Amino acid sequence: MTAADISAADPHWIGHGAHAATGHGAGGPASKRIIVGYGFWIFLLSDIVMFSAFFAAYAVLRDATAGGPGGAELFNLHNTALQTACLLASSFACGLASLAVQARHGGWYYVTMTITFVLGAAFIVLEAREFADLVARGAGPTRSAFLSAFFTLVGCHGLHVTCGLLWLLTMMAQAFAKGFRPDILRRFLCFSLFWHALDIIWVALFTVVYLMGVHA
Amino acid sequence: MSHADTEHADLGRRDARVDAFDTVPGQESASDQEITHGVRTYLIGLALAILLTVLSFWIPTTQLVWGPGIPVALIVFAIAQMGVHLVFFLHITTSPDNTNNVLALAFGVLIVLLVIGGSVWIMANMNYNMMPRDAPMQM
Repeated sequence: MTAADISAADPHWIGHGAHAATGHGAGGPASKRIIVGYGFWIFLLSDIVMFSAFFAAYAVLRDATAGGPGGAELFNLHNTALQTACLLASSFACGLASLAVQARHGGWYYVTMTITFVLGAAFIVLEAREFADLVARGAGPTRSAFLSAFFTLVGCHGLHVTCGLLWLLTMMAQAFAKGFRPDILRRFLCFSLFWHALDIIWVALFTVVYLMGVHA
Repeated sequence: MSHADTEHADLGRRDARVDAFDTVPGQESASDQEITHGVRTYLIGLALAILLTVLSFWIPTTQLVWGPGIPVALIVFAIAQMGVHLVFFLHITTSPDNTNNVLALAFGVLIVLLVIGGSVWIMANMNYNMMPRDAPMQM
């Protein structure tokens, strides 16, 4: 079908936008990659809005310790610093993985994705140990409203990271089984956005929950 | 080569052609695919993020900042670090091809500020009004 045929059947190129579109509104929709990335960006922002509700609950319930222990007695900042280092390095490794995808370099892709996974898993192990330690010291989520809010907020982030790790393994398997096809590239783009966004939420978490819980 | 492969290769070429005018979050500038440039961007982002994280953990243990000002300093460092992550890791920029992403982000930030600021404000106000009349004022 030539351009003249399309123009005759579809004068505004509405159904054939991707062949001529610039993504600036004229000529039809942008390419699938742009639309998928933008849609996932909207999802991430709504996920962040959901987190903001948990942050608001935590901020309101921070001092509602019901006579139990507060943040200054409970939190171990060495553990938090280690978790922060793991997640930041993991985010960096994920960035290198997306460069490997750009270069269509399979070897670097698997190496950097494995590093991303190991660091993310280390983060989850550290968090699980912290939670187990808190519960063993009688500071579980049922102890006070403060601790309920703490476990909800931090646990929700941990759950996101766990899901991200499963997604990471899926992306390695799909790249292995199907290669760097356009649809796999779009999925990887969404995964890398997700992983970087989790690190941004962790920045807010270690500041508001841990550092301000201990020092302020 | 199967039909599906041909179709995918075609889709890839078409996307590359169309994407010269638009970028998604997380994507390097479409015109500059240089890998070395990409590595440098991530390294700069990593260095800035490490600097801000170390400052956040270190400042409260020193006497450099006036005690009650420490939360403000921590929040400033956190917002700066989120900005670093957005620019160097998610590649959100001010260029015209990023307008949609920036506008969505701005709307998200507005909602986040309304939810957190509104909750804290209302609940602090309520706590203040619920205080017994004869109790000493403790804020």
